[in-house]
Amino acid sequence: MIERSYEKYFRRNRLPHLWCPGCGNGIAMKAIVQAIEGKDGWTQDNTIIVSGIGCSSRASGYMDFDTLHTAHGRAIPFATGIKLARPELNVVVITGDGDCTAIGGGHFIHGCRRNIDLTVVLFNNNIYGMTGGQASPMTPIGKRATTAPYGSVDRVFDACNLAQAAGATYVARSTAFHVQHLVKMIREGLDNKGFSFIEALVQCPTAYGRRNKLGDPAEMMAWMRDNAMMKAAWDKLPEEKRPEGKFPIGLFYQSEAIDYDTAYDHVIDIAGGR
Amino acid sequence: MSEARLMQGNEAVAEGALMAGVRFFGGYPITPSTEIAEGMAKMLPKVGGTFIQMEDEIASMGVVLGASLAGRKVLTASSGPGISLKQELIGYAAAAEIPVVIVNVQRVGPSTGQPTAPSQGDVMQARWGTHGDHPIIALSPWSVREAFELAVRSVNLAEQFRTPVILLMDEIVGHLREKVELPDAVEIYPRRKPKKTRAEGYEPYAPDDDLVPNIADFGDGYHIHVTGLIHDETGFPVGSPKVTEDAINRLHQKIERAADEIVKVEELFMDDAEYAVVSFGGTARTVYEAVREARERGIKVGMLRLITIWPFADKAIYDLASRVKGILMVELNYGQLVNEVRRAANGQCRVDLCAKYNMQIFEPEEIGEAIDRMVAEVSGND
Repeated sequence: MIERSYEKYFRRNRLPHLWCPGCGNGIAMKAIVQAIEGKDGWTQDNTIIVSGIGCSSRASGYMDFDTLHTAHGRAIPFATGIKLARPELNVVVITGDGDCTAIGGGHFIHGCRRNIDLTVVLFNNNIYGMTGGQASPMTPIGKRATTAPYGSVDRVFDACNLAQAAGATYVARSTAFHVQHLVKMIREGLDNKGFSFIEALVQCPTAYGRRNKLGDPAEMMAWMRDNAMMKAAWDKLPEEKRPEGKFPIGLFYQSEAIDYDTAYDHVIDIAGGR
Repeated sequence: MSEARLMQGNEAVAEGALMAGVRFFGGYPITPSTEIAEGMAKMLPKVGGTFIQMEDEIASMGVVLGASLAGRKVLTASSGPGISLKQELIGYAAAAEIPVVIVNVQRVGPSTGQPTAPSQGDVMQARWGTHGDHPIIALSPWSVREAFELAVRSVNLAEQFRTPVILLMDEIVGHLREKVELPDAVEIYPRRKPKKTRAEGYEPYAPDDDLVPNIADFGDGYHIHVTGLIHDETGFPVGSPKVTEDAINRLHQKIERAADEIVKVEELFMDDAEYAVVSFGGTARTVYEAVREARERGIKVGMLRLITIWPFADKAIYDLASRVKGILMVELNYGQLVNEVRRAANGQCRVDLCAKYNMQIFEPEEIGEAIDRMVAEVSGND
């Protein structure tokens, strides 16, 4: 039997997961534990997984850490409380496109602004999957959803741009096709002391792909392969030469800024609480 | 005892929470509760605690629940509109059994209402504000000193029963200034700890003898799962009718069976009383004056002050109704708790309502007139 070292990070008695056959969430979840596995000092005892509500957010229940499945959109405030209460703990947030950028949008930008030392991984499947395929703020214009039966007219959030503009100190994107790259992007996010944001594109064949004739899961992943461009190559192209429909992946932004814990430590020092 | 200080109710709440061991506050500005946040912002870092002003009221609830799960004793405070926004996560705290104290310094509603005139219009919201069947504990002080004491008690009850506790203030007591001598220390209920190791088969939501689970804090190595979904003793969601019924039963029973311990009332002038006035919070101060004046007019009237609002003082009110000819419920709203008093009195005596909802607090004369009316009508019926 092949020993897979990352298996210890899963609650095997909680598997199999509830995701549909062909769903990309499992790939992104595995990428998170592989990133943690390679990280010195991060153990199952000192790492906390926090999630919101939706397909993505069921991941927390399968992962063998202290795990917190919060309310819809609220993962970042809960995670903030954990991190500030016990700064020695490592906190990873798993969220979805609806959870993070719609109902949790306010918390997302303020988590970025404060530069709370969290790593937030957004599983972007372009749709509300758990509720059966409604349009999210990250459903592309023209794509169909049960609540956009004639194609969505809502303009789309670029969650990476949003995170960067709001003050996140590490921003990256990858896909369920680019597995090793995704692990690397998450891993570097764990390394950053501050708010790290990684958008992981995942395929939802059931609630998004099928309705939009995007083919089977393998075809949806082939689309990721064919349309994602590494950031370095993307940047070399002048804007007018960037091919229609293609999108960049990789590290978008990284900066040095004081994280909230460290900043609040100064407050405690000034107040004489140490 | 420390030296006597002049302080307002809101400040006393902050002092009490701090002395009871609160080391984390998340909040959002709103009048008339802001002084509590301001007090915590100043005092918490002095003792190594953490204050954070969040982006909204929902986030303020979320951040304190996260901190509580990580082992801190936590507090948040707000008023009307803010408390409405917090309801979703108050339900989460009830379901996931997370200790938290929420201070509601009530103001006139609904909606933005009359900022920030006094009201007691949130008593039923405190009980039923969040969706679904759940128990709640709510306490209401009538003085600055008692605001301090009930802040301490709220923190302790939240920890003992692992439940949200609402400290139901009103603007009267929140902004009242009185001279108070604070104790040097108070009795503290420590955070409950697991009694088994993982190897011994620890289950975070397995109830102890008092039906309250000993849930491990995050980071203590127990690898627990916490969710707002209905869950079994392992903490993981289960879609079973039996588990659902058992879970909701236990949530209620852990509070109901301790009701005698949780419920506190105070009776004054009741020894020979033929009539009683029931009230709570800042309104009880005016009731006290009205009852004293009525006694000077020769009316045998006393008062019962509800200190615990929820769970409701069923036994105390039933007993009271068996002793008097009439009860007058005085509350600063359109008439909310009067229905609970009528239910608990169970027809043993007449229950009248003296309600007020025009931004003004009661004058003793209005309550006096309501007492006189009740007495006249009861006597006329004799």
